Amino acid sequence: MKRHVLALAALTALGQGAAWAQDAAAEGIAKYREMLQDGNPAELFEMKGEELWKQKRGPKNVSLEQCDLGKGPGVLKGAFVELPRFFKDTGRVQDMESRLVTCMETLQGFNAAEIMKTPFGKGEMANLTALATYVATQSKGMRFALPYNTTEEKTMYEVGKRLFYMRGGTHDFSCASCHGQEGKRIRLQDLPDLTKNPGDGIGFAAWPAYRVSNSQMWGMQLRLNDCYRQQRFPEPKFGSDVTIALAVYMGVNAKGAESIVPSIKR
Amino acid sequence: MNSSRRTALKTTGAFATLISLGLVTQSQAQAAVDRASFQVKTVEDALKAIGGQAASSDQVTVVSPDIAENGAVVPVGATSKLPNTTEIYLIVEKNPTPLSAAFFIPAGTAADVQTRLKMGQSTNVVAVVKADGKLFSATKETKVTLGGCGG
Amino acid sequence: MADPMRIRAAVAGDEVTVRVLMSHPMEPGTRKDASGNTIPAHFIQDVEATHNGKSVLKAMFSGSVSQNPFLSFKFKGGAKGDKVAVKWVDNKGDTRTDEATIA
Repeated sequence: MKRHVLALAALTALGQGAAWAQDAAAEGIAKYREMLQDGNPAELFEMKGEELWKQKRGPKNVSLEQCDLGKGPGVLKGAFVELPRFFKDTGRVQDMESRLVTCMETLQGFNAAEIMKTPFGKGEMANLTALATYVATQSKGMRFALPYNTTEEKTMYEVGKRLFYMRGGTHDFSCASCHGQEGKRIRLQDLPDLTKNPGDGIGFAAWPAYRVSNSQMWGMQLRLNDCYRQQRFPEPKFGSDVTIALAVYMGVNAKGAESIVPSIKR
Repeated sequence: MNSSRRTALKTTGAFATLISLGLVTQSQAQAAVDRASFQVKTVEDALKAIGGQAASSDQVTVVSPDIAENGAVVPVGATSKLPNTTEIYLIVEKNPTPLSAAFFIPAGTAADVQTRLKMGQSTNVVAVVKADGKLFSATKETKVTLGGCGG
Repeated sequence: MADPMRIRAAVAGDEVTVRVLMSHPMEPGTRKDASGNTIPAHFIQDVEATHNGKSVLKAMFSGSVSQNPFLSFKFKGGAKGDKVAVKWVDNKGDTRTDEATIA
């Protein structure tokens, strides 16, 4: 009996020791992330994006300064935190990245289909990421307030919700597998609960972000693309309704959350 | 490497380029490490390149996190409270080429520099400073994990 | 010509803190691509910062410095409105100089 008690005490001590070690690790990682905030390479992409916004480009040799991101032509402040939203001229609910492509086509004469087929990090897609970083930065510190008024927006929210819970692929995963409840973690990253507002600067409020592990700037389109890849689903097309519906779902749920974009991630 | 070959290397090749570019003065050229130093493969060789053994000093601090989520970008820096600190070297012990960065501090500039280094694995970060011509050092272990699935 | 740096310089009391973000791949020359070929070394080797033309810091970087290098340092004697310039040179001889005003 005594031996059992001792063994149990030892195990409990070990368990507590492990828990303590894990807390120390969590604190250490938090300190690491804090140290990275001072000097986010995302600023380099923001600078590039600002240049591209103002530069006359494309077959029509026009700048993007009249691009309407939902608050009127050329209005940047607050635009990011109200996207995705419905646009009358295209008859679609669009997110920031697909709306920028629309502007690149209608204002500058670029071929939208070609941009959207270009791999992330290359050619005009890389320019698009820089532009997205610039546009999102103009709303830094503001709170998400997607309009969520029109039938289209409400429908997309419901579609997004269905997609969020839809299980499939070889691993039978859904978005909800990782993001459907509180307190989940994958290796060292806390997984935000995206069925509701996960808090300031978390989840939807944290992308576009600079990823130090591959020195890449990731917008929400790439983040969703990679989520599907990680779930062993086929990857969605850039700007597809799937990606926009999920963004509407997350964005509306995140109402009131403060945007910290551009942020920095592992 | 014997000292005459070392002197020869210092005045030809990479160093000469540095001098001609105006990036390193002649006097600094004698004092500082050369391009080849960054290719050495051990901490001992890095210390030799810097100028020899360094005395451990609590006036020198390595500024780095206890644990890094990713080894590609680890904030690493050093501060020195020793007067007349003129050089600061950052060494990552287990990196293939441990000598990672060198800083030359003129009068008026603080002995307090910060950069970000790649770390291949958990290891010691060694900061070596030259103050009044003598070498001092401090060491700190930084653990590197590969956080990588989410985020 | 390489992409511009982001330089921020702010004075507090008599000390100026400078934060620099350089845009550079910082390839060490030891990595291999998907086909197994070594990616050639391409990294910043020398950095110099000046204040009103006077050198306030010199640094030598290796391929161990992270991509899109960050550098932070402090110096005395700068005032609001003064110029701080940073120049880098990489192993291919490519160079970039950018300037910022002390805020």
